Amino acid sequence: MTFKKALALGVLSLTMGAAAHAAKVEGTGSSFAYPAYKAWSKAYYEETGHQVNYTPTGSGSGIKEVSAGHVDFGGTDKPLKSKVLAKKGLIMFPTAIGAITFAYNVEGVSGMRLSEKAISGIMLGTITYWDDAAIKAENKNVELPHEKILFVHRSDKSGTTFAFTYYLSKMNKQWRKQIGAKKVVAWPSTNRIAGKGNFGVATAIKSNAFSIGYVDYADAKKNGLDMAIIENREHAFVKPTPGSFEAAATFADLDPKKDFYANIAYPPKGYPVVTATFALVPQEGENSKEVINFFEYALTKKNSLIEKVGYVSLPETVIKKIQGYWAQKGLK
Amino acid sequence: MRLFMNRLFLAFSTVAAAIGLFFLGWILYTLCAKGLAGLSLHVFTHDLIEGGLRNVIIGQLIMSGVATLIGIPVGILAGIYLQEYGGNSKLTEFIRDLSDVMMSAPSIVVGTFVYAIVVMPTGHTSGWAGILALFILMVPIIVRTTDDMLKLVPVELREAGIAIGASKYHVTMNIVIRYAKAGILTGILLAFARVVGETAPLLYTSGSSEFWSTDLTGTFPSLTVSIYNLATMPDEEMVQLGWTGAFLLTTMVLIINLLGRYASNKTRR
Amino acid sequence: MEILFKKLTQLSASLLFVILAATTAVLYLSAKPAIEEFGAGFLFESRWGVEEQVTMDGDMPIGVTESGVELSDDDFIDDDDDDFISDDDSEAGSGSREIYGALVPIVGTIFSTLIAMLFSIPIAMGIAVFLSEIAASSIAKPVGVAIELLASIPSIIYGMWGLFYFGPFIANIFGGNTVSLLVAGLVLAIMVIPFMAALSRDAISTVPDMLKESAYAMGATKLEVIKDVVFPYAKSGIIGSIILSFGRALGETMAVAFVIGGVYQFASKVTDPTNSIPVVLANSFSESSGMSLSVLFYLALILFILSFIVIGAAKFYFLRRK
Repeated sequence: MTFKKALALGVLSLTMGAAAHAAKVEGTGSSFAYPAYKAWSKAYYEETGHQVNYTPTGSGSGIKEVSAGHVDFGGTDKPLKSKVLAKKGLIMFPTAIGAITFAYNVEGVSGMRLSEKAISGIMLGTITYWDDAAIKAENKNVELPHEKILFVHRSDKSGTTFAFTYYLSKMNKQWRKQIGAKKVVAWPSTNRIAGKGNFGVATAIKSNAFSIGYVDYADAKKNGLDMAIIENREHAFVKPTPGSFEAAATFADLDPKKDFYANIAYPPKGYPVVTATFALVPQEGENSKEVINFFEYALTKKNSLIEKVGYVSLPETVIKKIQGYWAQKGLK
Repeated sequence: MRLFMNRLFLAFSTVAAAIGLFFLGWILYTLCAKGLAGLSLHVFTHDLIEGGLRNVIIGQLIMSGVATLIGIPVGILAGIYLQEYGGNSKLTEFIRDLSDVMMSAPSIVVGTFVYAIVVMPTGHTSGWAGILALFILMVPIIVRTTDDMLKLVPVELREAGIAIGASKYHVTMNIVIRYAKAGILTGILLAFARVVGETAPLLYTSGSSEFWSTDLTGTFPSLTVSIYNLATMPDEEMVQLGWTGAFLLTTMVLIINLLGRYASNKTRR
Repeated sequence: MEILFKKLTQLSASLLFVILAATTAVLYLSAKPAIEEFGAGFLFESRWGVEEQVTMDGDMPIGVTESGVELSDDDFIDDDDDDFISDDDSEAGSGSREIYGALVPIVGTIFSTLIAMLFSIPIAMGIAVFLSEIAASSIAKPVGVAIELLASIPSIIYGMWGLFYFGPFIANIFGGNTVSLLVAGLVLAIMVIPFMAALSRDAISTVPDMLKESAYAMGATKLEVIKDVVFPYAKSGIIGSIILSFGRALGETMAVAFVIGGVYQFASKVTDPTNSIPVVLANSFSESSGMSLSVLFYLALILFILSFIVIGAAKFYFLRRK
């Protein structure tokens, strides 16, 4: 009986000792944005004591949960069109720009170059071995093993998958016809495994030899994965670096009149597989003002924080547009 | 020939035991080595958002504790019913079977059930939903052990109580239960140990939180779910934190189990 | 007071029934849309989340541009379930529906459990026999306690160890992936061994010494005593422990979630990744709604019924409750 009493007392005292009222906001969705939101929410908490609890569950979940009113904001890499936003009573704005890399695990081969032809072949399942001619053609000074390519993709409904397949659709007619851009794909290649979240894919690539998959730059970098140098739209081979992402990002057309709807992958120059990540906030949500406060803090004061983790922060002009958008929507 | 087969069999049996123990030892060794590596005061004084485990450890204990507190009276009363009032009727046997079925139900199914009746209608995850899931998992254990422990109480004790005119209620609560106290306590501890280590039923009922919280009506932190999340992160630091959490979790569970055995050994005269 | 007390106990006991009935009912009701949509065919369908075009006629298949060369931006974007939350709307107007089938997870669940049984039974039996018949009690006692404590290790630990250490170990020996059906089955086996061993050891220790001693007196070897005296006597307890372990492995989520691979395709060889019902459930809840959510409940119902059957069988063998 003393055990029970002690427990009850313990529970009681904890409840008493709860922190003074601080804002508590729940968000979920894109795992692509997770490293950024985590960095921001940590700083926000340390500076203001307000809690922003973001769980990476995939863009599909982010869209669904915020539409259903289960969370205060959703993270998605797949933007929603204005009429959809209106129907769901949501507002949308970009928070960061990032890149999706081809991370791979082939021992002894760093700086692998992949042409559009090679990428298309691997994705469509027509190229199955690492020492295929199409891959060898661009990597003449490297010894490629005769091993099957293990493709790692997402198991959950992913905005990263969407952005990636958007890029593939623009880059390859057959992919566009056969599959298109989706959050969940029936991948043509047969030798494949799935990971949950960008982090899951990164972990899977790390632990499986001869694997290749699409991972956001932040997670690939954190995991120390090799990232392929790929052929871009103007047929130059581009290394995935913040510089090449920025070059690509300048072509992004983020317009508040369209609720910033934009798919920025496969731009004319720069690294081709880039995407913006967006926040979805309910227009009439009870915590929406808190959410906006958080993002305003993040974008105006801590924007550079996410560059360290591997994102391209939104340019000043866009941030001003976003603030105007918030005001226009009555949330600022 | 017989002797040879005998030797062979004994050798096989010993080898099998060695293999089994080897793997289990490997797991424990890994757990200790990796878990201890990340152990520091920081882990206990900071929350997940700052790379510690304080909020999730407390959260796990709170949810398991509350579930146990609610489960104790329900479980014991049900156990009393089975043993003292049920007799040997078919209904009693049926309820015993039900209890066993529930005890062996996959914990993810329990989580799914609670998701449907609590999380979906309320629209968000909550500590209470997690508590409900844990409660459902632990009650059958308490029922079963109470039932078994009460069975061990000598009939004479009950008869003596009734002979001096005590009511059944009085006899049960003050005599029988008191006699079986240690065994019942063991059952409670074992049930607590079981739910404190559960992950699946909490995944979508209480969710996960990186912040300190004692508000059971909202998303609630838990050690097990956080270990699951941490272990799949590409960040080496987070994985290490996951191992530390796993180590602490296992230590907790083992200590509680040992306590339970100690208590039950005291009853075995 | 007396009556109140009795009523309270009755209430508590009936709560068990209520919970079980409620679980079955809720699972069934939530699964109903999926059951109506897919019927029993769900059990034999192997596709998961694949879109099937329902309308034909003049609609341009999604993805093809008019001109063929110059791309206008969003022609090929698959507006899937973004336009509608609860996807009852999805059928109306989009011209496609999503097909779900449980065959891959069901097969994965069954085979991973079978592999687990294949490896755990001999080892657990070996341990049980070792502890009760072979080892000196100075060894048997601490090892026995160790085994029981090991049985209480949370399953997530097995999963983590499997992912980081055991999976690569197996992949090194057998080739194939670090996450696969084989790794999942073996991790399950290791998880279940202490549980099975402890229960079997208990069953074996109920054999009266007299019986064994009589056999020894007649000149039987240890093997013969175990084979012909101990096992037959403890048979129902041992088989019961096997079945209970089977049930436990069947419903195991965390140990398997890390190491089975999570892909909706069959493991053509045992070292390929695949999926299992508990893992699907663990991974998919937050992103599913409408029909895809109902499908998950359908899966949960199937698993629930499966474990129900297994427990029923165990009860049949465990007829004698101590």
